[in-house]
Amino acid sequence: MNQQQAFERRIDEALHNAQLRQNFRSAMDGIRQRRAEQFPDEAQLQALREQVQSIRSYSLQNQADLLEKLEAKLTENGIQVHWAANPEEANGIIANILKAADAKTVVKGKSMVSEETELNHYLEEQGIEVIESDLGEYIIQLAKEPPSHIVAPAIHKNRVEVAELFQNFHPELPYTENIDELTETARVILREKFAKADAGISGVNFAVAETGTLCLVENEGNGRLSTTAPELHIAITGIEKVIDKLTDIPPLLEILTKSATGQPITTYFNMISRPRQEGELDGPKAVHLVLLDNGRSRIRWDDELLDTLRCIRCGACMNHCPVYVHVGGHAYGSVYPGPIGLALEPQRLGLDKAGSLTSACSLCGACGEVCPVKIPLPKIINRLRAETVNNQEASTVSGKGALRHVSEAWIWKLWSMSYSSPALHKFITWAGTRMSGLIPNKLGAWTHYRTRPTPAKRTLHELAKSAGIAND
Amino acid sequence: MSTPSRVYFFGTCLIDMLYPNAGMAAITLLQREGLEVIFPQNQSCCGQPAFNSGYRDEALKVARSQLNLFNQDIPIVVPSASCGGMMLHHWPELFEGQPDHQQACDVATRVVEFADFLANTLQVNLHDKGEPTYIAVHHSCSAQREMNVASATDKLLAQLNEVTVERHQRPTECCGFGGTFAVKQPDISGAMVEAKTQAICATSAKSVISQDCGCLMNITGYAEKQQHDLKGQHIAEFLLERTS
Repeated sequence: MNQQQAFERRIDEALHNAQLRQNFRSAMDGIRQRRAEQFPDEAQLQALREQVQSIRSYSLQNQADLLEKLEAKLTENGIQVHWAANPEEANGIIANILKAADAKTVVKGKSMVSEETELNHYLEEQGIEVIESDLGEYIIQLAKEPPSHIVAPAIHKNRVEVAELFQNFHPELPYTENIDELTETARVILREKFAKADAGISGVNFAVAETGTLCLVENEGNGRLSTTAPELHIAITGIEKVIDKLTDIPPLLEILTKSATGQPITTYFNMISRPRQEGELDGPKAVHLVLLDNGRSRIRWDDELLDTLRCIRCGACMNHCPVYVHVGGHAYGSVYPGPIGLALEPQRLGLDKAGSLTSACSLCGACGEVCPVKIPLPKIINRLRAETVNNQEASTVSGKGALRHVSEAWIWKLWSMSYSSPALHKFITWAGTRMSGLIPNKLGAWTHYRTRPTPAKRTLHELAKSAGIAND
Repeated sequence: MSTPSRVYFFGTCLIDMLYPNAGMAAITLLQREGLEVIFPQNQSCCGQPAFNSGYRDEALKVARSQLNLFNQDIPIVVPSASCGGMMLHHWPELFEGQPDHQQACDVATRVVEFADFLANTLQVNLHDKGEPTYIAVHHSCSAQREMNVASATDKLLAQLNEVTVERHQRPTECCGFGGTFAVKQPDISGAMVEAKTQAICATSAKSVISQDCGCLMNITGYAEKQQHDLKGQHIAEFLLERTS
């Protein structure tokens, strides 16, 4: 099965899953509403977007210098920095750190970068137990599923499905569908894991070069516990997460939480700057940061595609996407779903592997409108779509032309020939209106859901001419 | 923009073949405001279908064939925010690096969407002569987000005393048309048009008005297949009907 067929099959499965669709519809409607309530003043929102766009753009334009500065500062603070070119390197580095510390159990805070590297799977193969401590991540870990959303990984499940899952894995605990009680159940289970874990692994939302500070945004306190309770903390993030200075944080944090979940601020905001110092009673004794490239440097070579890297992973684009709301995150079959996935995954993995994703977009522009860092997502998606069918585009994205079909290319060639020649165009539209009876009643995909459009008896060209409308 | 005395009319390929009455209604409304309307007979399409399907060379070829038809320095009125958006915003991108880039940009800057032109440039006064009616409005994605002209439709309809605009549940969400998207991802598109049509049909509106015929073709095509009692009309046709 090629990537296109596989994608179509996942879409088909998703669209036929009424429960899944209901879960996404209600979750996305709610989250859109909450976000909108956080931005009552349009002018203020636009000013804030401008501000964070420029912060992120500055970071990307000066990334090499900022990364050097970050490494120097972190090292000075006692945090050990590791560079990984690809997932294999990142996983290897982390496994080695864990082995050197003789760590057998790990509690993990939420990290999409670790999804890129399939870290859990790798560590489990090495005999290391990994427990996801974010409630959503814990749920999908039990269900053996990947995240369906980058902020709310278990958003595809409703409370009844979660209740049943908990019942299966923890039959000793009383069955409940009450969300507070389910949360309490998870809390009880996870507390014990935090207390006993040898190491904690987390992601990073912003890495501040000026001070060597790793910022972690979360709601459940699991991030704080994962990064402070065990003796060892390993953070993993993409190289694009570096920002210049501490004063960049307030606007970034504000727009991130408001855009992501419609919260004015999250419950926890962690700023990790060093391991436990002499005389301190708690905190990890060693802190590591793994900086992953995984195709990001290649994206940097193209000025237009570079905008993709401004992303602060809020998920607003998928929350507002009319495609995502119907098919959900798993249908994409990629680490990052929704519009940012359509823009990022073909660049990261190549058009031959993920180019099909670019078809899942009506170019409605809803994502670009809400993106807090103003990534021109529709423009990037349409550009990548062009590269899937055209191998002549000068671009750094691999797999160009992978989805070019001779028949489709010919249709467009014929179309462009007839629509650029007034005489041919006149003939075709004349024929189309006079012989509309010849158009079959079934037009494949279109008429599966809709009636066949009926050509008028005379074209606008003809009506305008008869009405004496001037030609020039 | 000061009020011009002459305008070009770019009818769009969809209106040409499927909704020519909407095009003629728009021309009639412009003439009624005392404008001379020029309809270059050699026009065909803005190139958007190919552009949004990834076939940029083919889009360029068609767009280029339109450039010399609009040489006078007067507005080019387009009865579609989608096609207008293609010309205004994407022609400069499409012609990037081409010898006629500047010409494309010059033509693009004169493009104005029909409802926007009527409401904001001409600032027309409309007198409703029709019976009381309930309608729904579908703002196309291009009207809302690319051209920022959705409010022009609201402004025009607000002048019609006997017309009540019914609000529906999903005013900003895409109807699922998206040009070739409807064929490339038919099932997702089908789910989207279902949601949109159901939202509209949940109101007491018996017709839906839009600035874009592509969306209308999608929504009314779905409604008809499902045997919902819903008709669609382009804003120009509706306005002409109500005020004549």
